[in-house]
Order: sequence, then structure tokens, then C-alpha cells
Amino acid sequence: MAKAAKPPKPEEITKSLDYKKTPETHWMDTPVEFRPGMYCYGTRPKYLEEVGMPNPREWSSADEDWKLPENWKEIVLEGIADRLNKHRSFRLFMDICVRCGACADKCHFYIGTGDPKNMPVLRAELLRSVYRKYFTTGGKLLGRVAGARELTMDVFKELWYYAYQCTECRRCSVFCPYGIDTAEITIMVREIINLLGCNTDWIMGPVANCYRKGNHLGLEPHTIQSNIEMMCDDIEEITGIRIEPTFNRKGAEILFITPSGDLFGVPGVYTCMGYLMLFHELGLDYTWSTYASEGGNFGFFTSLEMAKRLYYKVYAEAERLGVKWILGGECGHMWRLWHQYLATFWKPPDNLEDPVSPITGTKFEHANSSKIVHVVEFTADLIRHGKIKLDPSRNDHLKVTFHDSCNTSRGMGFFEEPRYVIKSVCNHFYEMPENTIREKTFCCGSGSGLNSSEDMELRMRGGLPRANAVRYVHERYGVNMLANICAIDRAALPTLMQYWVPGVEVCGVHELVGNALVMTGEQKRTMDLRMEPLPGVEEEEEGEEEE
Amino acid sequence: MRLWEVLKERKGRIAAKWFEQVVATYPEETAKFLKSKRDPFSNPVGNTIKEGIEGIINSLLDKGEEVNTFLDRIIRIRAVQDFTPSEAVSFVFQLKDVVREELADMSDESWLTEEISLFDRRVDELALKAFDIFMGCRERLYEIKVDEMRNWTFRLLERANLLEEFERKKKNL
Repeated sequence: MAKAAKPPKPEEITKSLDYKKTPETHWMDTPVEFRPGMYCYGTRPKYLEEVGMPNPREWSSADEDWKLPENWKEIVLEGIADRLNKHRSFRLFMDICVRCGACADKCHFYIGTGDPKNMPVLRAELLRSVYRKYFTTGGKLLGRVAGARELTMDVFKELWYYAYQCTECRRCSVFCPYGIDTAEITIMVREIINLLGCNTDWIMGPVANCYRKGNHLGLEPHTIQSNIEMMCDDIEEITGIRIEPTFNRKGAEILFITPSGDLFGVPGVYTCMGYLMLFHELGLDYTWSTYASEGGNFGFFTSLEMAKRLYYKVYAEAERLGVKWILGGECGHMWRLWHQYLATFWKPPDNLEDPVSPITGTKFEHANSSKIVHVVEFTADLIRHGKIKLDPSRNDHLKVTFHDSCNTSRGMGFFEEPRYVIKSVCNHFYEMPENTIREKTFCCGSGSGLNSSEDMELRMRGGLPRANAVRYVHERYGVNMLANICAIDRAALPTLMQYWVPGVEVCGVHELVGNALVMTGEQKRTMDLRMEPLPGVEEEEEGEEEE
Repeated sequence: MRLWEVLKERKGRIAAKWFEQVVATYPEETAKFLKSKRDPFSNPVGNTIKEGIEGIINSLLDKGEEVNTFLDRIIRIRAVQDFTPSEAVSFVFQLKDVVREELADMSDESWLTEEISLFDRRVDELALKAFDIFMGCRERLYEIKVDEMRNWTFRLLERANLLEEFERKKKNL
């Protein structure tokens, strides 16, 4: 028998393909490549015009020509100079990094993309190199040797590309020995980008809507009201109780504001039903506002000035209605802004008092400066004082884990309250691994205005570390519900789960509260807030019939 | 088969070499990170590739059923990273190189020449499966984009009585 011919070696077959594509050039000399799925579209001119921002024109981020004014470079450098003078922290962050690399592998985008320019140190270095060239003596004299580079159009595009591949989650800053807050660097870069009218459409649209109509979706008052009433219809079907919330009511004790995502999207609406049921059961003297109808603030992803403008309505409405304090819904960046910025943007009106729970008498002293309390701490306090009746077995079909939102956890150390509430309303709660929760939590990958659909691949990569930890508890304990206290999470995590961990759904904590809440005079619950049959109930009824 | 016995004996080294090659498709700095961090939650990509490769080799040699699970884990990541479709699944073919390199000391043995073509066929089957999985992942991405749009405007669609229509169309697809 003839000896079989040797088959060709694989490398002979695939000779023409080179799969090792690491650039040969230094990072400074490797211009950014705009990859579809990794960036958001550039803003439409009308949105910029509506809020009086510079350089409105038709453009696309993938275009060669971004149609910038002739003196764009001057504008950018002046923008950097202004911010260096205004924010001492920014100047410090530009100077003190020793490039130790502690932050490098802590960023969810770097972990998921493997792109070295997503290491927080290198992402910041994109701007630092420009800073050195124009603002430090060493950089001016020594140039490249001192890590400095010229500001060119390619460099500006690179700054743009990576400023929108950071969710300002601040995980890297937890590990930085100097405490450099890379989120703040991203915030500054985005401000500078906005001086040339180069925001993304996904951020600018909500900003313009919010400025004109009070909320990101541009909903008008009657739409807001009728949507909440529709939720009340569903609640009536589930519980037999008719809830009649009030809108724009003067003299209410509390003004309640939540992100508009809770009014329209799923699973946000179920969270909102939870609020409505809880407040009704308590007999809380509160009102909704169709003017201050947005807790979120995409202005924060644009510039601090824009964040300030969009939040004017919060205190203005509190003053107009004469309420005593403000209660905020489940949201992440809203909370960071309210807790840390709002009272520095605007002085709280005189009618606002230090928040006190009318049900328990608890003084929320930490909220004395802003006069705003987060609904999860409000509810935790109610449960702690035994003021609501709960039947956690109604959530027995759920095995729950909790995703710490970046802004509520790292932004303000909000760790125990949501866990306490969940454990009080659910019998099955499982933590994700220690290095993926609390202050080390991994971002959803879609925060800070990146939760668009055109950058879906970026979001899937950025959310991989979070999803990976969810998969662990899903496989190990059968977790099927990912709870959180952030509206962007509620919008973004379902998508992330569908791709990485099918079988895990997403909910706000108050949806779980609504399920477990025993309301006075309610009918026997046969459905959860999603109007899906409660497991066990049907069988029970059938059993009764048989008897 | 004799080859299978040899491969089973040397599977640790084969897995290690294959891992090196897959990781080398990432930038140099990243490859270092993917190799060094052992914690599966700090380094999900590196660990998924490592576990996936070991799983694939085991199921290939023992005809295990779970080969799709391991392939899926690796490809699900590569399907959203900076790879073209061919690049995303190319790592499967690298196994041929790795095995040949590992068996270089017995390359003149006639049984190997015959048996290696059977092995190659198994790898080719694996590559076809990888392609299916890759396509599944990409299709999923487009589906979830549509779902997301629907979820964001759930109440508006519901009010306009468009939701049932949407569900009906989705079921019929």
C-alpha cells in the first residue's frame, strides 16, 4: 500500500492570514480606528441649537472631516487651561500619576476589550501627553522624551473615542495609591469635547429634551400622568386596591422624583409600581411633579454647567410646591449628583427642612445639606422599625443577587441599605464574589450615557466582568434575578444578561418590595408585579377545588 | 487509537501551548495580563479561554457532549471583540499546529500520518461548530438591540396597542 501523502500543514493553508495584529508603532503614533459597534453617533445640530451649545452642524463621528471651527486647537487648549485653573484636582491628576499600573487591569473596559488604551492610566495619558506639551516646561522643552505630544486632529479624535469608552465608574480610583479619579479626567475631556459641539446624539438628545420638557424622553405632563395611572390600573388588577397618586400638589410634605426610565421602560415600570404601592400603604403625604419629572441628568455627561442647568427644576419645584423635603427614586448617577453636587449648584430653598421620616421619626441627618433622601434608605428605615408588613414568600420563585451601582456604592458608600431591604423581602439572596461587589463593583458597562444601541459591542465587552460574576451565582446557586437601584442598570443589564447569562432577569429593589408588601384590604395575590402567575398559587387553588 | 492515547498523556502541555497561541492574538500588554491573573473574576477573558481550551481538549478526546459549551464561552467573547469572523474562530485551527509541534518527535511514524488526518477532521468539525456559534452570537446581538428598543418604550407601545402585534410577529419569526 502506498504511503498516505502528508496533508498540508495548517500554516501552509492559512499563510495569507495574519492573526497577530498588534500595531508595530508606539501608541502615540497609532491613530484611532473607528470600529462600528464601539462608538455612538455624533449629535444632531438641532439638539445643540436648542440649548445654545457651540458648533451645531451635520456631522458623523466616522467622518474624516468633523467640521470643526478653524481655531479648534486654540479652543481645546483654552478649555484645558480653564479647567486646570478651576479644578485643583484636575491639575493634580495631570501631574501626579507615577504610572505604577495598579489601575490598569481594574477597568471593565480594558478587561473586556483588551485594548491597552482602555487601561485607565493610558486613557488618562492620552490627555496628559497633550497637557505636558502645552502646560509643562519639561514637555515644552523635551517633547516626546518627557511624554509630551502635539495636539493634532488624530489626537483629538482619539480623546473623543476613549472618553466615550469610560463610564466614569471610578473603579480604577479605588485601586490608585494616589486616589486619582480617572472619572474626573473623563468628565473634563468630555467638557472640552463639548466646546467643539462633538457630543454624542445619545447624550445630547436627552439633554435637549430635558431642558425643554423636564425629562430625557421629552414626555409632556399629560403623558406622565396617564402612564402612572396605567400602572395604577395594573396594581388594582393585582391587589384589588385603587391608588390615586397626586400630581403637582402644593402643600404636600414630600416631593418624589425618579428617573423617567421608571415611567416607561421595563423593568423600570415594575419598580415604579413598587413605589406607588408602598407610598399608598404608608398613607404618605407626597406628590409627583410633571415639571421636575426627571431624576437622571445626562447634562452630567456633557458638562458641569449643563448638569447644573438641568437640575434647576429640582429645588425650583420643591419651592413652588412648598414641600418639606425631597425623596428620590432608585437611580445611580442621580444620586451621586444630588448627594455631592446639587447643594453646591443651587442653594436649597428656605421652605425645605432637614428630612425626617413621617412614619418612623428618623432624622436623615446625612441629607441635611441636600434635603434629599434615597428611597432605599427610606424603606430600609421603615422595615427596621417594623412599619410595613411583608410576605417574603411571594418572592420565593426568585433567587436574587444584588448589583452595586457604581455611583451609589463608590460614589457614596451605599452598601447595606439595599441588601437589608432585599433580605427582608426575599428568602433567597446570594452575593456575587467579593471582588465584584460593594466598592469593587463592576460597572454595567453602559453608564454615563453609553447605553445606546449603536455601541452594543462596546457595552457587551464593558459589561463582561459584571456578567461573568452573575453567571457564577447563576450556575452555582440558580440565581435568576439581578436586583439593582439604578435606572441605567435597569435599562442596560437586561440586554447584558440576554447576551451573557440568559435566564437571569433584572429588577429594581422596590419591585421586590411591591411583591412582598402586604397591603391593607388587598385581595389574595395570584400575580407578581409583572402580572405573571405566582408559582404555587394556582396549584393551591386547584387543590382547594378538588377538596 | 494510538494517537488519542498519546494526546491524552500530553494534554496538559497541549492545552498550555494552545492557550499561549490564542492569547497571542491579543496586544502584547494584554496578553501578559490575560496570562498572569489567576482570579476568574478579575480576568474573565483569560480564565474563560483557559478553561474553555481545557474543556474542548477533554471533550475532543473523550467524545464529551459539552464541547459546544466550552466553544461558546470563548467565541461569545471573541464575537464582540475586535476580530473579523475568521479571526474570531481561527483559534480552533491553531490546535492543529500545536498538536503537530507537540508530536514532532514521532513525526516519522507511519501510524501518526494516518491517524492525524482523523484528528484533523475532528478539528474541522469543531471549526464548523465554532462558526455556528459565532453566527448565533452575532444574531443574538441584533435581536437584543431590537428587544432593548421595545423595552425602553414598553408603555408607549402598550398604549398604542402595538405590543401584541410585536409579540405576534416575534413568535412568527
